[in-house]
Amino acid sequence: MKYFARKFGMLIFTLLISMTINFFLPRLMPGDPAKALMDRMEGVDAEKLDSVRAAFGLDTQDSLPVQYGKYLLNTVRGDLGISLSRFPMPVSTVLASALPWTIGLMGLCTIFGFAIGTLLGIWAAWRRQRKLASFTVGFFSFIRSFPYFWLGLCLIYAFAFKLRLFPLGGAFSIDQARGSAGWWLSVLRYGTLPAFTITLSSLGAWMLMMRNNMINVLAEEYITLAVAKGLPAKRIKRVYAARNAILPSVTGFAMSFGFIVGGGLITEMVFAYPGMGYMLYQAVNAKDYPLMQAIFLIIAGSVLVANFIADIVIMFLDPRVRDGAK
Amino acid sequence: MIKDFLKTLVENRKSLAGLIMLGVLIFIALFAPLLAPYPPKADRTERTALIEETVGDQETLSEERLSDDVEKSTYVVATSRKWEKTVNYFPLRAKPSSAHLLGTNHAGNDLLSQLIAGTRISVFVGLATGLFVTLVSLTLALLSGYLGGVFDDIINFFTNVFLVIPGLPLMIVIGTYIPMHGVLPIILILAFTSWPYPTRLLRSQVLSLKNRDFVMASRMLGERTSFIVFREILPNMISIVMSEFFAVSLSAILAEATLEFIGVGNITVVSWGTILYWAQANGAILMGAWWWFLPPGLMIALTGTAFVLVNFGIDEISNPRLRKR
Repeated sequence: MKYFARKFGMLIFTLLISMTINFFLPRLMPGDPAKALMDRMEGVDAEKLDSVRAAFGLDTQDSLPVQYGKYLLNTVRGDLGISLSRFPMPVSTVLASALPWTIGLMGLCTIFGFAIGTLLGIWAAWRRQRKLASFTVGFFSFIRSFPYFWLGLCLIYAFAFKLRLFPLGGAFSIDQARGSAGWWLSVLRYGTLPAFTITLSSLGAWMLMMRNNMINVLAEEYITLAVAKGLPAKRIKRVYAARNAILPSVTGFAMSFGFIVGGGLITEMVFAYPGMGYMLYQAVNAKDYPLMQAIFLIIAGSVLVANFIADIVIMFLDPRVRDGAK
Repeated sequence: MIKDFLKTLVENRKSLAGLIMLGVLIFIALFAPLLAPYPPKADRTERTALIEETVGDQETLSEERLSDDVEKSTYVVATSRKWEKTVNYFPLRAKPSSAHLLGTNHAGNDLLSQLIAGTRISVFVGLATGLFVTLVSLTLALLSGYLGGVFDDIINFFTNVFLVIPGLPLMIVIGTYIPMHGVLPIILILAFTSWPYPTRLLRSQVLSLKNRDFVMASRMLGERTSFIVFREILPNMISIVMSEFFAVSLSAILAEATLEFIGVGNITVVSWGTILYWAQANGAILMGAWWWFLPPGLMIALTGTAFVLVNFGIDEISNPRLRKR
């Protein structure tokens, strides 16, 4: 129980730190933050100025601690202010339209990346003396050092611009009625390239993780014993080695669900895919500060909550953590 | 110890290849102005060339065209004709040619020169961030790991907090608020979001070294703390410290390019990220201008590969199981 309380306290505190960063950022700018923000934007509009002040709690004569308290209260209630670029739409409404796209795309890519990457890792460790295996490892290490937004640009150039197999960007065809079978097909077609980019760039990490763990396990004495006993190679590979080597990958997989909201930001920007990332891109370019900060909070929040859930799951699965935590 | 480490690093084929690539990049970065064919921001220089052409040698002027006070004789009126021709050496959005090997961008800047000049910024930002973060996290790790107590509690607590706050969105949010002059702000932002992971890793290394027999022995002998930390613990951490330095530098180069690509950061600076920003902003893909967006990404990838190769070597040195027999 103490373990749970400690992890829960950590969750609350990290959330609080994220919100505090959010609260102080606009106030670090010299002068009236709302006005400084508006000066940076084109066309100062009294109505917008007021809404910015209200969003940051600057419309009152309250002292800083009171402002901070009100800000925290509003955020916890889900009141994230008014979007400037889509005035007067509340930020929460804007976010609600973007979230499903991101969760759909990234959720699938996380599963694909983990499954394919881990299988490749098992293969690369088992066949590590072969040329093809070390070439694959080298290839994915090379891909990993790519800026993956650039990988996206190259894929757009090759498959969308040159070969015209896929659309240049967006998430669905506007010619089809929303919800019809044709529309769903277009969703698949529009999603293929972004999904391929994200999966390709995340494969390498899973593969290397699994490969290195598996190589460590293969050096254990019980594997040598299993070989000496004359067990079939397939059985050693699957049951003896892979099953024991996969544990860290599974933990990583659980944690990676926290990155579903924020993990594909840049790919979405490149493909103009209407999820959280593209929304953030638009917010940055339009200097829509309330929207931008809300997106940061949502991303941070989902990562923190996923970590917390992973910690709790580990507590149930691993008796050492449960008992050792006292 | 350091000598031994460097020696094994050079003897390892992978890390040697990485070190050579890194050396070439640093060479390009240092001598960028000498290597680049044009200044990176040179544009639309309309050089006026004086062109002379011989038209005719002599011309006898007919008598009737001459006024009275001019001697009636043969005059040389024109041996040559001169005119000025304006040549634009920096056409906009030019395809690769002998004058511009990688073409020019929307402002007429030579892209090869920009790529070379960008090497300086990108490699500098990466290495500077790597060095800065490594020093900070090493200091924090030694303080927290070796001294322990309240220090350890505080540092460890904040490390854990900042470890889980996602870095990229935080960088984007801070970056849009902070005015970007020069490259210092971006280095600070990168450092601010990348210190926790190396700190945690180095701290656990310090903790494990602290309890090894040889350190215990020194403590029993009553050696000074500074001797134990700098002569006994630190030399045994070289490989992990170096590996963190390269890892942080790599992620800093990638993060810098990413931030600049989406327009956070100083877009007037010439770096690989800003070349990509302008390429995207001007629809380079829709123009089919591969020479605009392909090279900067390749340079980033090559730099990244150099760091990864060096780290492969370090991994194989410290974990012999990964070595191929």
